[in-house]
Amino acid sequence: MSLPINHIIGLLSDNLKLRKSVLPLSKNSITGWAKGLNIPKNGNTVLYTGHMYQLMPSIAFLGKIIGMLENSALNKTLGLGRFFNKIINVSMFITWPSRKMRNLYDKRLRNIAEMLTRSGVEYGYLYGKEMYTGALIYDMGVDDVFIKHAHRVYQLLKDNGVTSVITVDPHTTEMLRDIYPKFIKDYKLEVKSYLEVLNEVDIKLNNIPDKDVVMHDSCIYARGLDVLNQPVKILEKAGVNILDLNDSKKLTQCCGGPIESLFPAKSVEIAKKRVDQLNKNGCKEIVSMCPICLFNLQHAAENTEIQVKDISEYF
Amino acid sequence: MSKLNPDFILEFSTDEEFNPNACINCGTCSGLCPIGLDALPRKLSRYIVLGLEDKILEEKESYFQCLLCKLCVENCPTQVNISSNVRTARNYINRKIYKI
Ligand code: SF4
Ligand code: SF4
Repeated sequence: MSLPINHIIGLLSDNLKLRKSVLPLSKNSITGWAKGLNIPKNGNTVLYTGHMYQLMPSIAFLGKIIGMLENSALNKTLGLGRFFNKIINVSMFITWPSRKMRNLYDKRLRNIAEMLTRSGVEYGYLYGKEMYTGALIYDMGVDDVFIKHAHRVYQLLKDNGVTSVITVDPHTTEMLRDIYPKFIKDYKLEVKSYLEVLNEVDIKLNNIPDKDVVMHDSCIYARGLDVLNQPVKILEKAGVNILDLNDSKKLTQCCGGPIESLFPAKSVEIAKKRVDQLNKNGCKEIVSMCPICLFNLQHAAENTEIQVKDISEYF
Repeated sequence: MSKLNPDFILEFSTDEEFNPNACINCGTCSGLCPIGLDALPRKLSRYIVLGLEDKILEEKESYFQCLLCKLCVENCPTQVNISSNVRTARNYINRKIYKI
């Protein structure tokens, strides 16, 4: 019995409309990663996390539950869940990630921020005011909810005098750089991925891998945003040996992540295929640069010798 | 027998990017799509161009299986905005069928 995908899309878009995120998290879960880093509360340039790293552990947990419901008669309860979720944040109870996983994702954000600071890049952070961009709802095609939210995010940036953002993942970068301007009149914001920023300054990696690695290019970075050579250069400058792969760069293949919440079994099947491709030349260390790719490939490589790392883990 | 409705595309989207009728039916996209569904993406676009509303209804979930990965777009000889068209189709399904 396939999932009632209309209820899942409805629940996630209701959340964005009512609670400004697909899976609303506590302020502490959103900003906890920045504790003790003393990042200024404002500035013309801010590090804009877009909540993707913070959300990933919850999305993973939700994916597990949806995966269990996928072939179960219980999946009918999702309609009821959507009904109650409009009144009380039901999704909070079904997206309870492990602390260990949250800490790991937070650490990656800390690594990015600390590397930017060490390299002399100046930036602020909007802490609890920062919002998710609505990427998933845009992809699902719920345009009226997405457009209203995009205006909300842009207004927040304007109200805080932000003219330039440094993003940490491809989905947020795509939204703020390419998609928002299609829906917001006179949109003006400079958007750079931290990989583009770090590629322009001198950096020193603290954890250089002791083996060859293979890159998993994100579809959005590679085909949509032209973030292709920057991550390679960052690693190669530090002496890391990156093995060649046919299905990479503009021809990179997807990790399966985008359909995780609607078709979990298919998503895992695609991730496993991608891990096999990346392992074609026997390479045991895969480098990713997106929290969704990271989670999906790690999940697919479980119980194998293959390790999947976020590029920020070398910082 | 399915009913054709060539005017259907007009009510579907007014977005400039929406160009399923630029497709020459070469099949490259379906050949390389990682999802491996028979209909994705070539036939799904065709249904919109021909106005085959019953087929769209029948295959509504297939439109949501697309990863929006753009591997097909990268290789399409006539620059069909395939993934953007799929997203537009989702919007139609959400509004007209799912009532979201
Ligand atoms: S690759 Fe382009 S032209 Fe060929 S079938 Fe697909 S959409 Fe049509
Ligand atoms: S964008 Fe969609 S249709 Fe195109 S290759 Fe990717 S999954 Fe297939």
